[in-house]
Amino acid sequence: MKYLDEYRDPVVASRLVRAILQRATRPWKIMEVCGGQTHNLLRHGIDTELAGVVELIHGPGCPVCVTAIEAIDFAQQLAAQPDVLVASFGDMLRVPGSRGSLLDVRAAGGNVRTVYSPVDAVELARRDPNRQVVFFAVGFETTAPATALAVLQAARLGLDNFSLIVAHVRVQPAMEAIMSSPGCNVNAFLAAGHVCTVIGYESYEEFVARYHVPVVVTGFEPVDLLSGILACVEQLEADEARVENCYGRSARPAGNTVAGEVVRQVYEICDRPWRGLGTIIAGGLRLKPQWARFDAASRFGGLPMEVIESDECHSGEVLAGRIKPSGCPSFGTRCTPEQPLGAPMVSSEGACAAYFRYALHRPVGATGS
Amino acid sequence: MCLGIPGRVIRWIDRDPTFATAEIEFDGLRRVCHLACATDANVGDFVIVHAGVAISRLDPQAAQRVFDELARLGDDEGWHVPGPERAEHEP
Repeated sequence: MKYLDEYRDPVVASRLVRAILQRATRPWKIMEVCGGQTHNLLRHGIDTELAGVVELIHGPGCPVCVTAIEAIDFAQQLAAQPDVLVASFGDMLRVPGSRGSLLDVRAAGGNVRTVYSPVDAVELARRDPNRQVVFFAVGFETTAPATALAVLQAARLGLDNFSLIVAHVRVQPAMEAIMSSPGCNVNAFLAAGHVCTVIGYESYEEFVARYHVPVVVTGFEPVDLLSGILACVEQLEADEARVENCYGRSARPAGNTVAGEVVRQVYEICDRPWRGLGTIIAGGLRLKPQWARFDAASRFGGLPMEVIESDECHSGEVLAGRIKPSGCPSFGTRCTPEQPLGAPMVSSEGACAAYFRYALHRPVGATGS
Repeated sequence: MCLGIPGRVIRWIDRDPTFATAEIEFDGLRRVCHLACATDANVGDFVIVHAGVAISRLDPQAAQRVFDELARLGDDEGWHVPGPERAEHEP
């Protein structure tokens, strides 16, 4: 398929690997921010190809994984109510809250629906005016235009039975938190290509200047990932730190200005607790006051519930890049995709799921770390 | 969750700023997607679709540039493997 096959070409990829190995004179630690990138790095064995030269530190870029457990518990409360339907992406339905997942609520008779798009949830509300439809809005800046568009459509349609649980998170404040954390040893970042497609990458200039780390906007296919890594290594070897774009076919300096305006109409920046990482200043988006009628928390309120988090799960350290998933004592034994202790093991973008799927049976010494 | 899929715009269905939709083809499969955030896309263009909403119109020149720039690395046999413009016979 055009725009995919050529970026999976093994000849080009192997030559990029060779170029990286030739350019690097010392080991470098590069963090890929996005969980989709993490999975493709593991799936294609890029981490092992570069072992000893580039260590890939897996970032917190799995929105489902960092969604606060309180938000999941709230969604479960709503889904258990009669005449309320909770819809979200498939990944979100599998993540454990304090008392199981949304899928468990569905199995017990709750109204939970997987949708491909937030706009599909608007259509569900339009077709069934007697039922309250709540969309559980998770995702980084990439997803915010779609959920904002859903709000604008619901407003145009005059729907009073559609609302959102807004759990959107923002990437750059999380990168700031990582760089500011004690002992941070990240040398460079692969910035998430689709986040930058939406918001652009001009805002990284200040970040790069402050921390003197290269930030390279990077796509998701093997050639994209290796091009991004090579650009990082070349900057590091030259002792440079610049914002560089290796995903030019989609990401532009100012991003998608139309999408940005849609998001600005509906959302404003707020502080947000990230599961496993704590509250991140300016780390989230919430509905602007004029859209409060679409806020599920305002519409339904919420009963206080005791939050129960597994103390066996080390996902906070995984999400901060401090340990590899395989470094967790529960990995692959007490914690598996079928019986997850934490969100990164169940999400299709979670680092633990990536290691379980692609690295569990690798020979000893070939972990890429 | 940030993954997006490239697809080709087959035909516009609705040009309303909030409800804009078009038929998009993904490797033979067609689906109606929302184009409110990619109103500059024309029929035949490729867009990246995320969660049912197009978030960018792909730039063919920039897509090819990556492959052209790889040639500067030397060891050039094979660097000019087909980029997007040559990977598929377009009408």
